[in-house]
This record gives sequence, C-alpha cells and structure tokens, in this order.
Amino acid sequence: MFKLITTDRQNYRMKSERLFQYFLKLSGVLILMMAIGIIVTLIIGSIPTFKEFGFGFIYSPDWNPTEGRESYGALPFIIGTIVTSLLALAFTFPFAFSIALFLGEYFREGRMASILKSMIDLLAGIPSVVYGLWGFYTIKPIIVELGLNAQGFGIFTSSFVLAIMIIPYASSLSAEVINMVPSNLKEAAYSLGATRFEVVKNVIIPNAGSGIFAGFILAFGRAIGETMAVTMLIGNSNNIPTNLFDLGNTMASLIANQFGEADGLKYTSLVAMGLLLFVLTGILNLIGKMIMKKFTA
Amino acid sequence: MESTILNKEDEKIIQIESTILNIDELSVSYGGDKYSIDKVSAGIQKNKITAIMGPSGCGKSTLLRAINRMHELYPETHHKGSITLGGEDIYKINPIQLRRKIGMVFQRPNPFPTMSIYDNVIAAYILNGIKLKRSEKNEIVERSLREVGLWDETKDVLHKRGTFLSGGQQQRLCIARALAYKPEVILLDEPTSALDPIATAKIEDLLVKLKKNYTIILVTHNMGQAARISDYSMFMYLGELVEYGKTKKMFTTPKDERTEAYLMGKFG
Repeated sequence: MFKLITTDRQNYRMKSERLFQYFLKLSGVLILMMAIGIIVTLIIGSIPTFKEFGFGFIYSPDWNPTEGRESYGALPFIIGTIVTSLLALAFTFPFAFSIALFLGEYFREGRMASILKSMIDLLAGIPSVVYGLWGFYTIKPIIVELGLNAQGFGIFTSSFVLAIMIIPYASSLSAEVINMVPSNLKEAAYSLGATRFEVVKNVIIPNAGSGIFAGFILAFGRAIGETMAVTMLIGNSNNIPTNLFDLGNTMASLIANQFGEADGLKYTSLVAMGLLLFVLTGILNLIGKMIMKKFTA
Repeated sequence: MESTILNKEDEKIIQIESTILNIDELSVSYGGDKYSIDKVSAGIQKNKITAIMGPSGCGKSTLLRAINRMHELYPETHHKGSITLGGEDIYKINPIQLRRKIGMVFQRPNPFPTMSIYDNVIAAYILNGIKLKRSEKNEIVERSLREVGLWDETKDVLHKRGTFLSGGQQQRLCIARALAYKPEVILLDEPTSALDPIATAKIEDLLVKLKKNYTIILVTHNMGQAARISDYSMFMYLGELVEYGKTKKMFTTPKDERTEAYLMGKFG
C-alpha cells in the first residue's frame, strides 16, 4: 500500500515549483510597471509644455527655440508624419497586396513561395539605418537626377524608402488573413463555375477584407514611428510641407534630431511630442489588433 | 477482380432507362502512381437519385468530384478513363462551362457570408460576371427558393445575410444556389452530415422532389439515407466500385460479400 509521506526531496521540489511561479509573476509585474512608468514619465515630463501652450501645442505651426521668443507647436511634425506615412502606405499597397495574394492564395507552398517568404523576412530584418544609408546614396541621387527636388531630400524620398520598409508588415499579415479564408467557400465558388480571379475578387477579398485592412493599419503604425531612415532622408525642416517634394520633419525625426541639445521648455515639448507619438501609434495598434482579433475569432 | 458487378437483370433495367452520365474505366490519382479510385465504370440514370456509399477513404468523394472536375483544384491530380455527359466528354469541355451544368452541394452548409440571401442564390451569375435585369434576377431567386421550399421562410429577409439561418435552411439555400443555373446534374457530398434529424428529413424529402427535374448523385455515410431516398446505389471499397445496382435489390440481396458485410454494419 501507498503511504502519503512527504520526503525531504518532495518538499524541496514543491518549494522550487513555488519559487519558479513567483519568478514568473515578478517578471510579468515588472514589465507592466515599466510600461506604466514610461507613460507616467512622459505625462509628467510634458506638463510644463501643456501648461505653457495648452492644446495650442498640438495645432500651433511654430517651432521657435530662439531664447525670449520661444514657441513650440507640433503641427508641422504631425502633418509631416501623417503625410509621409500615408504616402508610404500608398506606395506599399500594390506591392504588399500582390505579395499577400501570391503567398496567401496562388502559391501557398513550393520553392517560389519559400524564396519570396525568406526575402520578405530579410527585408524586415534590415536595420533601419541601413535603409537610410541606401536611400541617401541610391534614391536621393536619382531624385536629384530626375529634377524632382534640388537636394534630393524630403517627404517623397523618405516615403519611398518607408514604403519598402513596411512591405513585410503589410504583406505577411494580409497573406495570413487571405490564407485563412475557409476553403469550403472557395470550393463553393469554383463549383459554380468561377475562375480563380473571380474567386479572388468575389470570395477572398470580401471575406478577408477587414483583416487585410487591419494589416495595413498596423503597417501604418510602423511607418509613423519609424525614426532613423526618415531622419536621414526627410531634410529636417520645421515648416509645414507644401508639396510632396518639400523638406519636412516627422515627430520621430524631430525628437531624434533635437533631444541632445534640448533643455527647459524645448525639452518638455519634445517629451510632449513623444507622448503624442506614443498615443497615436498606440491607438493605431489597438484598432488593427481589434480588427484582427475579430477576424481570427 | 472484376470492378463492376452487375447482375444481368439489373444491367437490362439500367440500359432500358436513359443514361445521362457515363463513367468509363475512370481512375483518379492525387499524385504519383497511387490511384484513389481505380477503373470505375457506371452509367448514371437520368432523373434518379444515385447514392454512393462506402467507408471513409473508399474514394466516394473523389468519384463525385471527378464528375464536375473539382478534383483538379489539387495541382498534382491526373486521371485515366473518361466521363461523358449526354455523350460529350467532360474532360474536353472547359471546366468552368462544365460546372455550370453540374451543380454541387457540400458537406457543411457554406453560403457566402458576405452576401445576402438574394445574392447567394444568384451567386453563380455574380461570380461569372453575368449581368441580369432586375426582373430576371427576381424570377431566378423566387424560382430557386421555391424549389427548395425556402421561399416562404425568407421572402421578407432576402436582403439580409444568410448567416442567421439555421443549418438546415443554410443547406437548402446552398441547394438553391446550385439550382439557380438550371444544371442537369446535382452532386451532393454528404449534405446532411452536419444537420440534425429534422433538417435531414427535410433535405431528403426535397431531394426526392427534385429528381423530377434533375439527376441527383449523393455521397452518403448513412446507409439508412441511401435506402430511404435513392433509386440506385453504388458501394465502393478501397477505390473500387464493388457493386452498383437498384437500391432495393442491393439492400435485400447484395451480390458481393463485402457489400453484405458493409450493409450489415460489420465495418465502416
């Protein structure tokens, strides 16, 4: 017969089990506290700016660090960010969408698909600064050559490079969603005499539509926060851009460029810009993830 | 072993009645030298219900899908032998044309979730990009839904999505969708296996009514269903058509011991 005696060894094992659980909990809580800590410091750090300018900070077009006449407004940078990201999204769309259809429907397996997949993973793995360098030495001279812009820097140049950078995010999520369209719906359409293109148009796109949209929103979120490559290519002008080949600045590139020499009100304004950026990308991520979740549920 | 076992009497009856679909020594492979069905020959009778029975993996779905060439969706498939529809070799016509003549209903009800009930019925026209006048559309929708006995239940909600319908109603909607193009043959792949007994009975009654206008081929796991509604039955085992004949005859005096064992529930 068995006897329920706890030996020293069993005691030790139970203790280590409990210890491991504590460790897991601690790591979870620590991450949560760090995230809260970042938000809290951003809010506290930006209080002086909002005290000084109120919500005018968001819609004022001035960024003037001259002592005595200091005035800080985020509008040129908000516009710069949104314009570059939207333009990048527009450039990306035809390519990312085709890749998604290719990987999610036409060639789900086989050599071509695996080669393309690893190429896309490779694109995602290239450091941002390398993209910036490539844009600087390859794209910028082409823009100058074409006479689109005297210096080659600006909104268009950075959007072009951004577009390539976000292809992996937009295409891999969309491909996943396209892949998830139930095969019994596709079979139903084929059994009614539809061609493959008709199946894509009438069954796959309508059924995967919201998921594809979410994929592009998440890619948009990435484009908004992208810093290094944009900083290297956008020209860093603090004025509101008036055309696509104008110089500009995004929220992220402004922070990257100016944080080193900032103090006082300028510093708190950069922190406030960081807070805005954080909120903006946070909201976009949330929307994208919510649509995705609804799709996969 | 002889792949088709028909007794003389059955053979005579089958020849007297008219064959719409003739399957001749058909073998289908999903790649390589292994054939999922092997040298199947059978004449399918017009305006009758033919049931294909057999245990899982016997090739009954493969045979059904070879009739409207749906098996070709898998890139590696190849076949030997032939199928003729009204004398015409189906492997010589465009599969897209063929599938308009041979409708299909699947195991799980699969109405298009992004389309209304109305659009689901005329989905064949929408998918193929065929423009119809509103009056033509209305007529097709009403005729098809009446044929499957769904008109009274859905006539006030035609423009809502079909996803709120019960499983049985959804399956009848799928049958209406297959009928909208006025096909000659309807293939059903275990159409009631996802439905409750009441919905199943409704579909069975419907199929018996539909055979007046259509030829019906039904794959079923359910022997009782084959016995209740089919005129002819096929029994398949390991890719081979073991026995084919009048359902009544097969269920009372099966010719092959494997058919007998299956019908007695000894395997499957």
